[in-house]
Amino acid sequence: MSNTMEIRRDPVDCAGHDRALLLRMFRKMLEAREFEEQLYYLFLTTAMPGTMHQAVGQEAVAVGVVSALNPDDTITSTHRGHAHCVAKDVPLKDMMAEMFAKQEGSCRGMGGSMHLTDFNKGMLGAFAIVGSGIPIATGAALSARVRGSGQVAVSFFGDGAVNEGIFHEALNMAALWNLPAIYIIENNQYALSMTVAESSAVPDLASRACAYGMPSLRVDGNDVLAVHEATREAAKRARAGEGPTLIEALTYRIRGHARFEAAGYRPSEEVEAWKKADPIERLAAGLLARGIAGEDELNAIRAEAEAAIEDAIEYAQSCTDVQAEDYLSYITAEN
Amino acid sequence: MRQLSQAAAIREGIVQEMRQDPSVILLGEDVGKFGGAFHITHDMLDEFGAERVWDTPISEAGFTGLGIGAALTGLRPIVEYQYLDFIFCAMDQVVNQAAKIRLMSGGRAKAPLVLRGPQGATGRGAQHSQSVEAWFMHTPGMKVVLPSTPYDAKGLIISAIRDDNPVLFVEHKLLYGAASPGGGKALSDTAIQAIGTDVPEESYAIPLGTADIKRQGSDVTIIATLLMLHRALSVAEELAAEGISAEVIDPRSLAPLDVATIAASIAKTNHVVVVSEDVSRAGVSAELVATINDHCFYDLEAPVQRVAAANTPIPFAPASERHVIPQVDDIRAAVRRVLSI
Ligand SMILES: Cc1ncc(C[n+]2csc(CCOP(=O)(O)OP(=O)(O)O)c2C)c(N)n1
Ligand SMILES: [Mg+2]
Repeated sequence: MSNTMEIRRDPVDCAGHDRALLLRMFRKMLEAREFEEQLYYLFLTTAMPGTMHQAVGQEAVAVGVVSALNPDDTITSTHRGHAHCVAKDVPLKDMMAEMFAKQEGSCRGMGGSMHLTDFNKGMLGAFAIVGSGIPIATGAALSARVRGSGQVAVSFFGDGAVNEGIFHEALNMAALWNLPAIYIIENNQYALSMTVAESSAVPDLASRACAYGMPSLRVDGNDVLAVHEATREAAKRARAGEGPTLIEALTYRIRGHARFEAAGYRPSEEVEAWKKADPIERLAAGLLARGIAGEDELNAIRAEAEAAIEDAIEYAQSCTDVQAEDYLSYITAEN
Repeated sequence: MRQLSQAAAIREGIVQEMRQDPSVILLGEDVGKFGGAFHITHDMLDEFGAERVWDTPISEAGFTGLGIGAALTGLRPIVEYQYLDFIFCAMDQVVNQAAKIRLMSGGRAKAPLVLRGPQGATGRGAQHSQSVEAWFMHTPGMKVVLPSTPYDAKGLIISAIRDDNPVLFVEHKLLYGAASPGGGKALSDTAIQAIGTDVPEESYAIPLGTADIKRQGSDVTIIATLLMLHRALSVAEELAAEGISAEVIDPRSLAPLDVATIAASIAKTNHVVVVSEDVSRAGVSAELVATINDHCFYDLEAPVQRVAAANTPIPFAPASERHVIPQVDDIRAAVRRVLSI
């Protein structure tokens, strides 16, 4: 399969899906979008520390995958992890407080944007060393097996990460031992400046699974239901003891690689074309087309999502700044 | 003379070596068409072509190994890590392979390799902030070089490229200067001195293992590298106003280490403070104290004071990061302690 998959703009086909689930997906994607849009302004206008990587345009991957999991299933994330956390129900207020380096933050201000973590929600961590979350999720899958918990572990990672050796080591063990793991290649077509074709000898990334006898497929990553369906199947197989699955979700990174990176290496026609394939708009169109929701209802959900982020910002700004010596409590665990 | 930023000086050193030695090649992530995440390899793809400037996949262990193989067979690769934190992905290739191959082959093999990239704490959290030099200072077979000024950076990168051993070349994000992302922030650090910014256009090499006395003094010796060198200099300047004369030494290379220059200074001042941005436990400062005890014990009038990062992963919150990383105040306090004033 070539990497220049046709860019689809058609409405998401919502037939036969639960209305509450669909509206929840819509809301989650909007929250993830709004969270990052507001971060952009916050970085411009306030002394927000550190950096961030936006997943604008990729929200259907996070939301499609997580909506097909159980709340106690676990995930690992990457440097580009806000949307994964939103999808996994990490409280928006905790996430925003972390961005502001507040004591109430999801990592007590110790982790920051690239390391959001919430064990209450099965969010095992965001790992900013490319590829490093892949074996860790695999270990969570092994643990689920040993503990007999019935949980599934999911690793999100980028198209760039498949070229780290650890990707292959982890997938081999998962397949060898039939572990309940799901691997999500969030193929946004770039690893910083590098296209998939410039860094992978075989740009059909899903095909790498066949080296391990692991089922794999590529889905339209801007179609939240396509992602959801693929993940639901994979989770069913994993829970039945049939082993891991590799899913390549094709999407696009609308923004630069990080905070203010201009991404001048991409043709503007390409960016514009993908903007028109916006996953949130495609779901909205699908909801309208089937009469599942009217424009008023969608607007009300949009307003709710915006308000939720506004609340999170207000809350975060009212939280307590991390104090210089706070870190001393977190270096090693006390038995 | 012409002024250059440190980023531009490193770049110029690499370009000049590549022009005169076709065996010098580059390997690393986004070093080609993007010109490097910190712009060090800007335009090099255009000048030298894709056979010499290799835009690698994100495969640190792999491309480090490729660098070693190329070095064994006649090339002089320069391997870039986007942040030095990521060299840990290639630890086996660096520590077990590159550093040991000379001895294992009974001196038959040589691996003329430069491993370079930026480090330093800049608000990016635990995996983008570490100072890595102690890991490699600890690894026999490696050289470890750390420039703190543009002048030194150019002369040292040229020597590192010409050296027949694996050399870790440690750059500091906050010292790159305005032309590089992150450089804008550097300008707001008032401790960063505009020293060594005059950079000759012609090629020149600074021998590895030669320290530089950045400021002459007689009461106390401060030894520091990279960003800490600048903080030490600003402390020295303040103390001069109080009539305290501090000598500030930049080792420029930790392996080999110029013990003679350090010992001569201590013989004069009898008081020493060592400063490093890496953690104190088994860190650069620990090794420097041990070396000073070995060579200068009877010259010391007070225990050596060390200033280093707290023994913790670097926390994200700016207030905590500042607490962990040595600041001007910490260095000043250490000088006062060692002089009992
Ligand atoms: C081991 C390692 N190497 C390099 C980097 C620097 N880096 C951060 S993100 C990135 C690109 C990652 O691309 P991809 O996996 O496709 O994820 P995306 O950024 O597109 O979400 C690079 C090179 C890193 N963080 N870790
Ligand atoms: Mg990518």
